[in-house]
Amino acid sequence: MKKFNQHTGIAAPLDRANVDTDMIIPKQFLKSIKRSGFGKNLFDELRYLDEGQPDQDCSGRPLNPDFVLNQPRYQGTSVLLARENFGCGSSREHAPWALDDFGIRSVIAPSFAEIFYNNCFKNGLLPIVLDEAQVDQLFEEVAASEGYQLTIDLERQLVVTPTDTEMAFDIDGFRKHCLLNGLDDIGLTLQHADDIKAYEQRRRAEAPWLFDAIHE
Amino acid sequence: MAGKTLYDKLFDAHLVRMNEDGSALLYIDRQVLHEVTSPQAFEGLRLAGRQPWRIDANIATPDHNVPTTERSGGVDEIKDPVSKIQVKTLDSNCDDFGILEFKMNDHRQGIVHVMAPEQGAILPGVTAVCGDSHTATLGALGALAHGIGTSEVEHVLATQCLITKKMKNMLVRVDGQLGAGVTPKDVILHVIGVIGTAGGTGYAIEFGGEVFRNMSMEGRMTVCNMAIEAGARVGLVAVDQTTIDYVNGRPFAPKGAQWDAAVAAWQDLVSDDDAEFDSVIEIRAEEIEPQVTWGTSPEMVVGVSETVPNPANEDDQVKVDGINRALKYMGLQADQKITDIKLDRVFIGSCTNSRIEDLREAAAVVKGKKVADNIIQALVVPGSGLVKAQAEQEGLDKIFVEAGLEWREPGCSMCLAMNPDKLGPGEHCASTSNRNFEGRQGFGGRTHLVSPAMAAAAAIAGHFVDVREFVKH
Ligand code: SF4
Repeated sequence: MKKFNQHTGIAAPLDRANVDTDMIIPKQFLKSIKRSGFGKNLFDELRYLDEGQPDQDCSGRPLNPDFVLNQPRYQGTSVLLARENFGCGSSREHAPWALDDFGIRSVIAPSFAEIFYNNCFKNGLLPIVLDEAQVDQLFEEVAASEGYQLTIDLERQLVVTPTDTEMAFDIDGFRKHCLLNGLDDIGLTLQHADDIKAYEQRRRAEAPWLFDAIHE
Repeated sequence: MAGKTLYDKLFDAHLVRMNEDGSALLYIDRQVLHEVTSPQAFEGLRLAGRQPWRIDANIATPDHNVPTTERSGGVDEIKDPVSKIQVKTLDSNCDDFGILEFKMNDHRQGIVHVMAPEQGAILPGVTAVCGDSHTATLGALGALAHGIGTSEVEHVLATQCLITKKMKNMLVRVDGQLGAGVTPKDVILHVIGVIGTAGGTGYAIEFGGEVFRNMSMEGRMTVCNMAIEAGARVGLVAVDQTTIDYVNGRPFAPKGAQWDAAVAAWQDLVSDDDAEFDSVIEIRAEEIEPQVTWGTSPEMVVGVSETVPNPANEDDQVKVDGINRALKYMGLQADQKITDIKLDRVFIGSCTNSRIEDLREAAAVVKGKKVADNIIQALVVPGSGLVKAQAEQEGLDKIFVEAGLEWREPGCSMCLAMNPDKLGPGEHCASTSNRNFEGRQGFGGRTHLVSPAMAAAAAIAGHFVDVREFVKH
């Protein structure tokens, strides 16, 4: 998993509440055999004027000029500002996969749906909860100045604005540790690789028939 | 201290470590892979630049999407583009990582849960996982086996371990003698009827007692297969001589001195006499008659001599609503006789009932008879290429074809209708599979779960009949 330590990037405001995972990545794209490549269909129904099909080349599709991420000033966005209950709906892990593939590293909102929140951490994406007033302030500032960037300092648990206002956020210590070190479940288990090898060695002595078994 | 259950022993023998948060890191001896739930796991490995921990612990085959009609043209001729891509992706992933795969037209290809034990890839005492809930089937060998999700498939590929929590122990004990015409499928459907589809949630179920001791290995697989329909991710049967005889001589089973050592070790794969179970269910074999599901959940099941339930006899409003909804979906009347349910299609197959004994059981019923005129289609889909070859050697294919049933290539087929084998809206199907959920076998389709013998008899009669009477005439 990608490490997350400090990140500075363009912020874009997605000004609607209850953005569900179907909006983040519509169901027709779930048939894919991949977990990458969803970025071009992130927010598909908001972003394009036509109906998207799986495996379609999106470069020629008509863009919705009103959609925030289509506006020239928000090109290269990596921090998404959102409203309450972001990521509600189905548990599809495709939602964080799509955000990540698009280039989003962090989503800031007053609240998140729980499963989505968990899924973000599995995929190196940092969801940040700030209180309503702070989120409002960020929405106002980003609208007021083009090229507005936010810095996220995970170590110090701060969102820093271009005028050096610091907003502190909470994060579970274990999750922070995993993100800072780029550890997913697999990474964590692999920290115990010695235990696994010791187990295998013991087991091989007891039950050798379980090893080197399946091949032609 | 009380003794250990079989589940406890299997769990303890595979414990690598307890994590700080109370979860367990469990070592996995075998992983079985198929085309639907593995592609994102392989991709995840690649994205993270990881290699599988142990290649020789994995075995793969495509089953869910493969066509069961003539397919000598190979993967390129699979018509559904999504199916084709999934099958091809499995092929290339296995090729790239060097994992043994029985490809679509390999004679050993088959439904994962049929193929793996048939090859001796699953042995008593192993832990086995697969991205498919019916992995519970493999517990029949005294193995700790259950389904997992795609992220876990990746986790097992990368680490050979699973992060898990210990389950509770349930014993389902069936003693006495099963009547003639009552099969393992009837036993497990009856058990589900008794404990309900949530009855086993959180438990590993061990099936014990005379009935399972006397049951063949294939019958035990049918029973463990549907543990998941009783809510349990794990079904188990203790190891005995039947298990050992089944494993002996299979391609990946131990040989020579290792075989002797293995057999000695497997003697301990039983629950201790003084083991304590968190829950015990006792059932008499004599109570069980051939079963038929009438509704849209496997627990909506009755004996063939009974009638469709009447919601008026229920007090619980939730149950009343459930019955009404199911009656409506299934197009049935309360108090209707089960034997009056007319059928449109018959499906004999799936990981529950597509092994050689199942096919023999069905063939014995249809031999010399003809499928009824109102049956649009009756499919027989063997569980693997080897089952198919064995059946053909015994002439079962001819018996089916002469009776008017179709003889197909191995795969999941109409069990979940991911390939072209499907029910039409409103059609009733006597099916030997394991799930009768709305739309499972095709949009609007109406599934009745039964044993192979009952399905075969229904194909001939055109409606459900009591196979015990049927065979007499
Ligand atoms: S036969 Fe049916 S239940 Fe079994 S693995 Fe295939 S689809 Fe799943």
